[in-house]
Amino acid sequence: MHLDPFIVSRIQFAFTVAFHIIFPAFTIGLGSYLAVLEGLWLLTKREVFKNLYLFWVKVFALAFGMGVVSGVVMSYQFGTNWSVFAVKTGSVLGPLLGYEVLTAFFLEASFLGIMLFGWKRVGPGLHYTATCFVAGGTLFSAFWILSANSWMQTPAGYALENGRYIAVDWLKVIFNPSFPSRFAHMVTAAYLTTGMVVLGSSGLLSIRGKATAESRVMQRMAIGLIAILAPLQLLIGHESGKVAHEYQPTKVAAMEGWWETDRQPTILIGWPDDRTETTKVLLQTPKGFGSWVVAGDDKAVLKGLKAWPRADRPPTLIPFWAFRFMVGLGLLMIAIGLGGAALWATGRLDRSKLFQWAALLSGPSGFGAVICGWMATEVGRQPYVVYGLLRTINAVSPVSVGAEEASLAGFIIVYSVVFSAGALYIARLLVVGPDASEPGPPGGPMPVRQMLISTSEPGV
Amino acid sequence: MTLDLPLIWAVIIATAVLLYVLLDGFDLGVGALFPLATREERDVMTASIAPVWDGNETWLVLGGGGLFAAFPLAYAVVMPAFYLPLMAMLGALIFRGVAFEFRAHGRRSGRRFWTFAFSAGSILAAVSQGFVLGAFVQGINVRDQAFAGGPLDWLTPFSCLTAIALPLGYALLGSCWLIAKTEGELQLKARRWAKRLTLAVAVCMALVSITTLSVNPAVTARWGVSMHHVDWSKLLPLSPAPVLGGLALAWLFLSAGRETTTYAPYASAAVAFLAGYLGLALSIAPYVAPYQLTLWDCAAKDNALALMLVGVVIMLPVILGYTAFVYWIFRGKAKAEHGYH
Ligand code: HDD
Ligand code: HEM
Ligand code: HEM
Repeated sequence: MHLDPFIVSRIQFAFTVAFHIIFPAFTIGLGSYLAVLEGLWLLTKREVFKNLYLFWVKVFALAFGMGVVSGVVMSYQFGTNWSVFAVKTGSVLGPLLGYEVLTAFFLEASFLGIMLFGWKRVGPGLHYTATCFVAGGTLFSAFWILSANSWMQTPAGYALENGRYIAVDWLKVIFNPSFPSRFAHMVTAAYLTTGMVVLGSSGLLSIRGKATAESRVMQRMAIGLIAILAPLQLLIGHESGKVAHEYQPTKVAAMEGWWETDRQPTILIGWPDDRTETTKVLLQTPKGFGSWVVAGDDKAVLKGLKAWPRADRPPTLIPFWAFRFMVGLGLLMIAIGLGGAALWATGRLDRSKLFQWAALLSGPSGFGAVICGWMATEVGRQPYVVYGLLRTINAVSPVSVGAEEASLAGFIIVYSVVFSAGALYIARLLVVGPDASEPGPPGGPMPVRQMLISTSEPGV
Repeated sequence: MTLDLPLIWAVIIATAVLLYVLLDGFDLGVGALFPLATREERDVMTASIAPVWDGNETWLVLGGGGLFAAFPLAYAVVMPAFYLPLMAMLGALIFRGVAFEFRAHGRRSGRRFWTFAFSAGSILAAVSQGFVLGAFVQGINVRDQAFAGGPLDWLTPFSCLTAIALPLGYALLGSCWLIAKTEGELQLKARRWAKRLTLAVAVCMALVSITTLSVNPAVTARWGVSMHHVDWSKLLPLSPAPVLGGLALAWLFLSAGRETTTYAPYASAAVAFLAGYLGLALSIAPYVAPYQLTLWDCAAKDNALALMLVGVVIMLPVILGYTAFVYWIFRGKAKAEHGYH
């Protein structure tokens, strides 16, 4: 049996990009965390920070490697699977991706070598610079790719010429309407994802009775970060939602499960059904609350999906539920951050078994929220690949479905092997945890003693 | 004054691809040589490329991304045309890329698996690129500005030849790199590999050059050489490329075994690659989707090319600068214990 080549392309793209985003979501945050740790170490000369750096850099190296190789796949798929899209939008999106390579990928990839292998060859200042460049590179990369993706969501500054899109105002293209809030939302998402993993791994060590000075410090750093960023993320996400409602009303209607044009409620639990054009509601707020959230006015009458022809509506089930999972996980993070801060402030943090378990179990929540967020965004953009301009069905490559099925099967196998091994190796590191007495792998970066000499630590 | 932006971009992308071949070529080649080395030697070999491979591979991203940005139509025609070999290449690059880290974390069987994955991935990536190269030179079936061929169009006797030649060439670059970066027994081995590979590459380059002349009438006409007739007025101006290649290989053969050489073998291998590359470029220019679409047919809008050119003019020197700096930091002989952080 052969599937529709269009469907296979979509599945393959969704699968490979969802796999890819797992790693940026983690390395963007971890890169910045490592820069903070190394900076604190250089500043305070406290051993804990160095031990934490040496521990997390190993995890970083594993995740970064997987991020790079899965990213290279993505940069070819625009051509292999979406060639019509590539021709039509190349003059607009091409330069954005080109700038990503020039300003971000080379920076990350080159200085990564110094960051991982350069301990014995460069001084602490230069090493720190390399760490900062790698961290900065991940952020530049997020900047450009989100700009490109946001242009596909809310195109601006373009014109149509001979059936192709060209830029007429580059600033409008780059800083298109949805870009600022989505970039902020994604970077915050990456920081939160990392924070939750760090918190979870400290919880694990604590539960296993292996808490150390290092694991306590990283737990407190993570709590501080989450307590601030998780509530902030709610506000940024809300802003994203308002922008989306203005420019992509069908997406927001799908995410909210609205069919009729009315003062809208917020449906908390329900089941939207594209066939019957209704949402089975289990739990919802009174009418008007949804209008107030999205439009700031509980009297506002907002359009439901029936206001658009069927052919212009996205499927609803995925955006609806993915959105709820994301927001739910966001609320969970707020609870963990504020709860942890309260325990910390009252001096009960290390004794609370319940909190340590909660930290451990919610460790992977950031990945879930990121993938759900993207699913809601990308499926909600359907049936367009460039919203309002280019339909996904018209964007696909003239590739044989047999070849596509073979490549999809190949990716599933390769990614399963790579992911299982990578997860296993990272899990092994996390179980051991950062340990001052642990000499590290033979021939590690710089034996502890040498490091002390090189920075001439006073009284550690 | 108006600039011929598409032409400038063709040169930029060609340079990026050449740098990719010369740089990632040697680290893929080192992987391809793994089966010939002992376990301890493999650690040294990995250590010699671990700090730089990621930067090297980024030239491939620039080549692909640059093509998308500057010649969207070529990107849209070429990528589907080579769908299967490209996918195989990407899969292979995944395996070998993660193996750098994973080898160090695996226990016994895991380590053995990732060592195998590293080597097999390097070889498969090189073979796939060889197929793409051969099929590219042979030409792409284009109709209505889109790829119009079948999924196996890339598989021809000629592309099979290039699929053998390119991995051998990469292995040659890899062994020359090892001559520069290692010492003792391994370096001696590398010298022996380099000598033999030089012969193999010389044979391949000759075969590829001769067959290239017959893959397409446009190429035959360009070089002025056919079975029956040689047009010297066309051949002579182009002849420096093959002559340079031949000389570089001859010199490489003589110098690889001499114990005083370090970087010279790599340099002459690079010159040989450059010559081969120029030869191909001379054959197919100005097509970016041979032999149907020229670079001017495929170019993006001028304002896109100009915007990116600004980026390249500013960033490329910076990138080359810090790339050189990183190589300089990691100069000298590689040791197994440097490999792991
Ligand atoms: C929010 C951030 C983000 C998003 C949405 C994406 N990426 Fe990514 N990508 C990164 C953030 C990132 C990064 C942080 O820069 C990575 C991840 C880990 C890493 O090694 O660099 C990376 C690596 C990476 C690489 C390898 C770079 C190298 O050689 O060093 C490529 C070619 C891409 N990505 C391409 C893509 C494409 C074509 C995407 C869209 C479909 C995409 N990425 C989505
Ligand atoms: C990294 C996080 C991302 C995730 C998890 C993600 C997820 C998805 C999913 C699930 C689809 C399939 C939607 C459907 O067919 O119903 C899709 C499609 C697509 N996305 Fe994304 N996406 C991400 C980022 C991006 C970025 C940054 C770009 C471009 C710059 C992009 C461009 C596309 C394109 C071209 C398609 C194919 C057309 C389509 O099916 O809509 N995506 N993505
Ligand atoms: C807490 C309440 C949250 C709200 C109200 C919210 C809201 C939104 C909205 C409306 C979108 C769609 C934007 C668009 O399509 O233009 C979105 C996307 C997204 N969300 Fe959230 N979000 C929240 C929490 C989170 C959390 C905790 C994470 C991850 C840690 C996260 C990660 C993402 C990602 C990765 C996307 C896709 C990229 C984008 O479109 O910006 N969100 N979010």
